[in-house]
Amino acid sequence: MILIEILPDKCDFCGCCVGVCPEDAIELKEAEIRIIEELCTNCAKCVWCCPFEVLKFNKEAASAKREKI
Amino acid sequence: MKDQYDIVVVGAGPAGSMAARFAAEKGVSVLLLEKDRDVGYPVRCAEAVVSAGLEEFISPDKKWIASEINKFSLFAPDNTEVVLEFPFTGFVLERRIFDYELAKQAASFGTDVLTRAYVNGLLFDGNKVCGVKFEHRGEQKQVKAKVVIAADGVESRVGRWAGLKTHVDFREMESCAQVTISNINVKADTCYFYFGKDVSPNGYLWVFPKGDSTANVGLGVSGLVGKNRSALSYLNEFLETNFPGAPVLTSIAGGVPCSITLEKISAPGIMLVGDAARQVNPISGGGIISGMRGGRIAGRIAAESILSNKPDHIFSYDKEWHEKVGKKHEASNRLKEGVFNFSDEKLNNLAHSFLKVPMEKRTLGNLCRTALINQPSLLFDIAKVFFV
Ligand SMILES: Cc1cc2nc3c(=O)[nH]c(=O)nc-3n(C[C@H](O)[C@H](O)[C@H](O)COP(=O)(O)OP(=O)(O)OC[C@H]3O[C@@H](n4cnc5c(N)ncnc54)[C@H](O)[C@@H]3O)c2cc1C
Ligand code: SF4
Ligand code: SF4
Repeated sequence: MILIEILPDKCDFCGCCVGVCPEDAIELKEAEIRIIEELCTNCAKCVWCCPFEVLKFNKEAASAKREKI
Repeated sequence: MKDQYDIVVVGAGPAGSMAARFAAEKGVSVLLLEKDRDVGYPVRCAEAVVSAGLEEFISPDKKWIASEINKFSLFAPDNTEVVLEFPFTGFVLERRIFDYELAKQAASFGTDVLTRAYVNGLLFDGNKVCGVKFEHRGEQKQVKAKVVIAADGVESRVGRWAGLKTHVDFREMESCAQVTISNINVKADTCYFYFGKDVSPNGYLWVFPKGDSTANVGLGVSGLVGKNRSALSYLNEFLETNFPGAPVLTSIAGGVPCSITLEKISAPGIMLVGDAARQVNPISGGGIISGMRGGRIAGRIAAESILSNKPDHIFSYDKEWHEKVGKKHEASNRLKEGVFNFSDEKLNNLAHSFLKVPMEKRTLGNLCRTALINQPSLLFDIAKVFFV
């Protein structure tokens, strides 16, 4: 389950997040961004490096997931 | 477009266009693929270069030069301003025209260019890369190549598909926000830098003029800082204090990989250049000229390997890059760790002591010497950056 939320309207498609993603889990086109669910490990590095606050780590979903486990 | 080329270059930034040009010049066939609709746009750059570096490739032309720079103005955290003569000529470019010009140069040597071509996979022959898959206007296509040159910028994925480890440590990625604003008062011959933990922690905020009433204003923060506060929020605060209400003509995000070059920048059938290879000067964040240098070396070596029918010759690229440029970046990187960790107090003291130096003696070298009184161990690395 991806715990990273994208606010696509805020995105500038700059690729900073793609550059730091250790898993190659972000696909970025001219004006389209998507996280590839099977590859993402929810490490949040993309969130820390986004200049425009487009990416958010979904804390509620994370704790809900933890409770389920 | 043919279905087979000697060389396919992915990404039409400065590094890609120079790789294409220096390969095509040797007489091999080259295709340049760019995902965006326009070469050179959007501009994710503060656009500053040193003239001497530029002139290795192209004669300066008014068409793509917004300002000529011969002074630096440095602001310490307590707002003390230190102005010094820049010992070289600098330019602030109009990259949307400049990048176009470089692609035109590649085309003039016979390179084919295709925009709106998004590369989404590689073709393999065993473990050797032998072409790329790409999406062009909604259609999936492919093209074969003896050598693929990945010039796909900070967002590079092409190298990863060939098994190279290319992601940047988040602490070394400068997460940047920049605006181009107008109706302001700046000196057209001066690049302004602001330091301090409240303005731009562990780096600098830049104001680079494009004429006397317009400027690129931006900053980058390491992912370590970005964890707590975004580049955009730092920038907005600076703008509100220093240029309230200035009309914003462009606003962009961007990433600069401020690290040393990747350990491996070639593999069977593939070479990486520019930001994709992490060829940015880690202390200044400048990657235009160094990317063009990477492109020039890679393009020539790729063509030589094809013309001599020696596929392994491309591996000599790693060594040549390291000897000519990579080594200097390693020295800059050590310097970066020293300089950007100065406390605000130390930066203020430095500015105050430098103000006592008479104007005609205020050179970058003297600034470094003043800095050295504070941190003598930097001497060795400074010497390497400036003199080796
Ligand atoms: C805010 C900011 C300020 C900067 N300021 C300066 C400065 O003042 N001076 C300086 O020297 N440097 C500066 N830099 C760095 C400089 O912009 C880069 O180092 C330089 O653009 C690198 O050139 P490149 O050709 O490697 O990559 P780019 O210029 O990024 O070009 C890469 C190209 O590849 C394309 N591409 C990516 N993926 C694909 C794909 N899958 N398929 C097809 N095409 C693809 C992209 O669309 C892009 O056009 C700055 C960077 C930023 C972000
Ligand atoms: S870093 Fe942020 S603005 Fe840039 S592409 Fe990623 S999500 Fe979009
Ligand atoms: S959370 Fe980590 S793995 Fe997932 S997309 Fe972001 S950087 Fe990549």
